[in-house]
Amino acid sequence: MILGALLLLLYKFNPLLAYESLFAGGFGSLYGWAESLANATPLILTALTFAVGLRGGLFNIGAEGQVYVGALAAVATGLLPVPAALRLIVTLVLALAAGALWGLVPALLKMTRGVHEVISTIMLNWIAYFFAFYLIAHTLSSPLNGSRTIRIPPAARFGVILPGTDLNYGILVSILLALLFYFLLWRTTVGFELRAVGYNPRAAHYAGMDEHSIGHWAFLLGGVSAGLAGAVQLMGRPPSYAILSGIPQLLNLGFDGIGVAMIGRNHPLGILLAAVFFGGLEAGGRTMELVAGVPLEMVRVVEGLILIALAVPELGRFLTYLRHLNPLELLSRQRRRAD
Amino acid sequence: MSSAYLWGLLFFSLHAMVPITLAAVGEVIGETAGLFNIGLEGIMLTAALTGALGATQGGWPLGLLVGLATGLLIGLIFGLISTYAKGDQLIVGIGVNLFALGFVAFGLTLLGSPGFYIVPAASRLPKIHTAVGNLSPLVLVAVILPFLVYWLLNYTQLGLKLKAVGEQPAAADVAGLRVNALRLGATACGAALAGLAGAYLSIDWLGSVTKEISAGRGFIALATVVFAGLNPLLTLLGGIIFGFFDSLATWVANIPGVKEAVPWQMISMLPYVVTLLVVAVIGRVHFPSALGKPYSRE
Repeated sequence: MILGALLLLLYKFNPLLAYESLFAGGFGSLYGWAESLANATPLILTALTFAVGLRGGLFNIGAEGQVYVGALAAVATGLLPVPAALRLIVTLVLALAAGALWGLVPALLKMTRGVHEVISTIMLNWIAYFFAFYLIAHTLSSPLNGSRTIRIPPAARFGVILPGTDLNYGILVSILLALLFYFLLWRTTVGFELRAVGYNPRAAHYAGMDEHSIGHWAFLLGGVSAGLAGAVQLMGRPPSYAILSGIPQLLNLGFDGIGVAMIGRNHPLGILLAAVFFGGLEAGGRTMELVAGVPLEMVRVVEGLILIALAVPELGRFLTYLRHLNPLELLSRQRRRAD
Repeated sequence: MSSAYLWGLLFFSLHAMVPITLAAVGEVIGETAGLFNIGLEGIMLTAALTGALGATQGGWPLGLLVGLATGLLIGLIFGLISTYAKGDQLIVGIGVNLFALGFVAFGLTLLGSPGFYIVPAASRLPKIHTAVGNLSPLVLVAVILPFLVYWLLNYTQLGLKLKAVGEQPAAADVAGLRVNALRLGATACGAALAGLAGAYLSIDWLGSVTKEISAGRGFIALATVVFAGLNPLLTLLGGIIFGFFDSLATWVANIPGVKEAVPWQMISMLPYVVTLLVVAVIGRVHFPSALGKPYSRE
């Protein structure tokens, strides 16, 4: 934050005005909150992708490509003859299946050939990127408008919760999945083994756990989540309901998810909060651009700096120390002492 | 097929090799000492912009220097966090990449251009003129450097120290080596080379800066290090292979007839598909045993 302010000063912007408009835009009004939540919707899902990987000891940064693939599958579903009543579900299922398939490639490469997942996922991101460009220009291209794909059929769209904003029922998918991941990780055997492998692979191995199948699970769940992110982003946000050429609505969702996951401490419930914070930064970023003239990209600079800072373990310890200092706890501690 | 086409392909491959080989050789130095810097992509991207601005201010020598310095600075930050502060290298690296995405996009908007910045022709690196085409002097640097680094790592005391620090930091520590200092120095020098690669992209090869100028080359460089198994000489070969497919994509797309038959999007995938295949075929390689782990005395 402070570094960001210095950077702003360096470029002769007014940092106070910038930060004020940043927060007012994100959380200062009902409209701001709605936009923040709408922005958070796909970020929750891509953050879950990174988090479930890291919990299993894997650096899955392939959410970006899996988002593209999921979004393409969601659009392609529009070409299939599906009864209107089932359309929403079928679209979601095909998108998550496509994301999962794309996510399994680095898993197989890692388990069978020992390819580091960071390299394979980045390569797959680029392949998905050009694949999306191809499909937008050819198979899925709209006959009416060459600069976008065909639209998601109305039966497969999420309704808008607050008229005039982008907030839609797609956020329920994100929240449900976060709760599901929480349940999976902390209440099932697979989740326990996944966390064990991530925490101490050698101990997990001696305890008889199968690292390979656990690794596949981590990638598979991540792919499901990221695939849904791509679908939800298209099915919920007015007005286009289609992928525009240059994929502006999908770009960087996966990478921003990494930041969200790190700030949410890779915990599904922490991610929910962190995603709203990031969504707010993004929504506020737009206001900041209007009011203080600071480009929107500034937000990502701040995200990167936060991430670098979070990697320092001493700082993490300092933050947990601060958390223990919260007033309620101090109060109860004092009471205990009084007893 | 005329020979002009083939010379064009060869020259394009050599130019496409430079950023990958420079960054990969730098990463070999860092990884030998035990630090895994996944932020190469971000360093390249940032240095492409700062280098371009430096060149616009003070000509190409300043541009190259600024690129090197940018890499060095980010490398120092990365190294300090990964050694003395015992941070997680992969997370710092991802942070560097995210920061670069925002920083370059932010910088480009400030320069007032929508998405790209063109380096003035007078500030670009002068070319070596040959009978069959123009060659960048940095191609020569990229060809010579791997040999220098090979000599440094295998035939000097410093190289031996770096290897010791990467393989057995505890033993190296007992033997009186300053583990963290050596690691910091190695990774910072490596990052400086990635910075040079970035500056090369903007003030020499491509002549402009865009948000996607590095286009995954930092990660391809990481893949090249895997391919080379930490042998600097093999990074040259790896760079040529990936450079060849990179240029093949552009080259094929410009041949009449092929252009219509194969969509450009499919051709653009080629370098990434080949990288994936090569890494998959090579599979597991030997890396320093302490790679990626912060060192602390028990």
